Amino acid sequence: MHLSPDELIFWQYGFFKLNATIVYTWGLMLVLVMGAKLVTRKLSLDLQRSRWQNLLEIIVTVIVKQIEEVGLSEPRKYLGFLGTLFLFVATASLCTIIPYYEPPTGSLSTTAALALCVLIAVPLFGIEGQGLGAYLKTYIEPTFIMLPFNVIGEVSRTLALAVRLFGNMMSGAMIIGILLTITPFIFPIVMTVLGLLTGMVQAYIFSILAAVYIAAAMSTSKRRPALNKN
Amino acid sequence: MLIDWFTVGAQTVNFLILVWLLKRFLYRPILHAIDERERRIAAELADADAKKAEAQKERDDFQHKNQIFDQQRAELFGQVASEAKAERQRLLNAARMAAEVLRDQCMETLKNDAHNLNQAISRQTQQEVFAIARKVLGDLASASLEAQLGEMFVRRLRELDGPAKTSLAEALAVASGPVIVRSAFELPIPQCAAIRQTLNEALAAETDIRFEVSADLISGIELVANGWKVAWSIADYVAELEKNVGGLLEEQCKPKARSEPKPVPANAPADAEAIK
Repeated sequence: MHLSPDELIFWQYGFFKLNATIVYTWGLMLVLVMGAKLVTRKLSLDLQRSRWQNLLEIIVTVIVKQIEEVGLSEPRKYLGFLGTLFLFVATASLCTIIPYYEPPTGSLSTTAALALCVLIAVPLFGIEGQGLGAYLKTYIEPTFIMLPFNVIGEVSRTLALAVRLFGNMMSGAMIIGILLTITPFIFPIVMTVLGLLTGMVQAYIFSILAAVYIAAAMSTSKRRPALNKN
Repeated sequence: MLIDWFTVGAQTVNFLILVWLLKRFLYRPILHAIDERERRIAAELADADAKKAEAQKERDDFQHKNQIFDQQRAELFGQVASEAKAERQRLLNAARMAAEVLRDQCMETLKNDAHNLNQAISRQTQQEVFAIARKVLGDLASASLEAQLGEMFVRRLRELDGPAKTSLAEALAVASGPVIVRSAFELPIPQCAAIRQTLNEALAAETDIRFEVSADLISGIELVANGWKVAWSIADYVAELEKNVGGLLEEQCKPKARSEPKPVPANAPADAEAIK
């Protein structure tokens, strides 16, 4: 019994190691990319199309619509980052129905990596949207006294992202593991179904929160002209 | 320690690679397919709108043409109906006039037929009457009547005036043959002698006289010599009467032949005149 798939190490050479987290992540990447490649290999441009193409189109359009609803005016620009976040987390949760599988999102290293990506992506998108100076100026808004609080806020929300996802995924796997030892038949199945729901919700929360952070970084520049006018 | 920094780094790299791969193999083709389909649908919708607008325009044109056609048809129908009415009236008038002409012709024909029939009946009646008269007078004729006729003949010879007597004498003088005295019955000898004597006295010459019997005279005597004739016979009376009646009928026919479509009032006084 281990808390994280990081502890399951297949190969190690000094600092470099090949643990279960990385292997499962590669597996998920392979599934996602191969699935996308297989479906998009012969896309239909007409009204008649395959059910897999329909499924992928639904997923992509729903993600785009969600990004747009958050407040990002150009959702396709952020689709690669936010959509991949959602798909990766969701697929990692869905695959928990496979025996002996452990979601890589149950590793704090993975969630920390994803949260770090968000932490880096938000200022990048913000700087791209409103320029470096304008973005940095948002940290001293409304007064420079807010600078430390803003910085702490950035770090803490990144930490919250990582820990929230890790906690939910790890706890789900842990509960199932514990229940398997206590009541091996019915309750693990119920908890697995519940874990699927939780995983979907976490994937949604993680990607939406990232979108909201990006939107906040973008919309600050849009609010300012309005404030200046007033 | 729950965080393995090598794993964090590896997962970060893995995530970035996944982002790139999914962009390459998932988002871009799917979004391209969606855009292409939307573009096609938009094009089809625009085409459909254009066709709809064109169809609407053609429908409006068609309705407009239909209205014009209906209007023209109604006008033409009205014109044709009025022309037909006028033509009907004209034909009716022509037929009425033709009927009147035919009726007048029929009336004229009927009148002519009636007139011809009347004329034929009149002639027939006349001929019958005169035939009956001839027959009755022929039946009544006898020797005694003939004798009286002979006396009357003798008296008329004696009563001949001067010029007539002279002309008769000249005619008898140049006559090559004998003077012929015709009678319906054979005259008795004294009657013949009286006639010869009267002629001799009247002409102061001896005249060769031959007596003949001719049933055509019905009753009477006539003297014929070199184109001259002195006669007194019932046949002459009858012929005179027939001639007068024939003349009367001719007079009656002439005004009817000249009569117009309204002959009745015009003919009435003419007939009266003819009767008078």
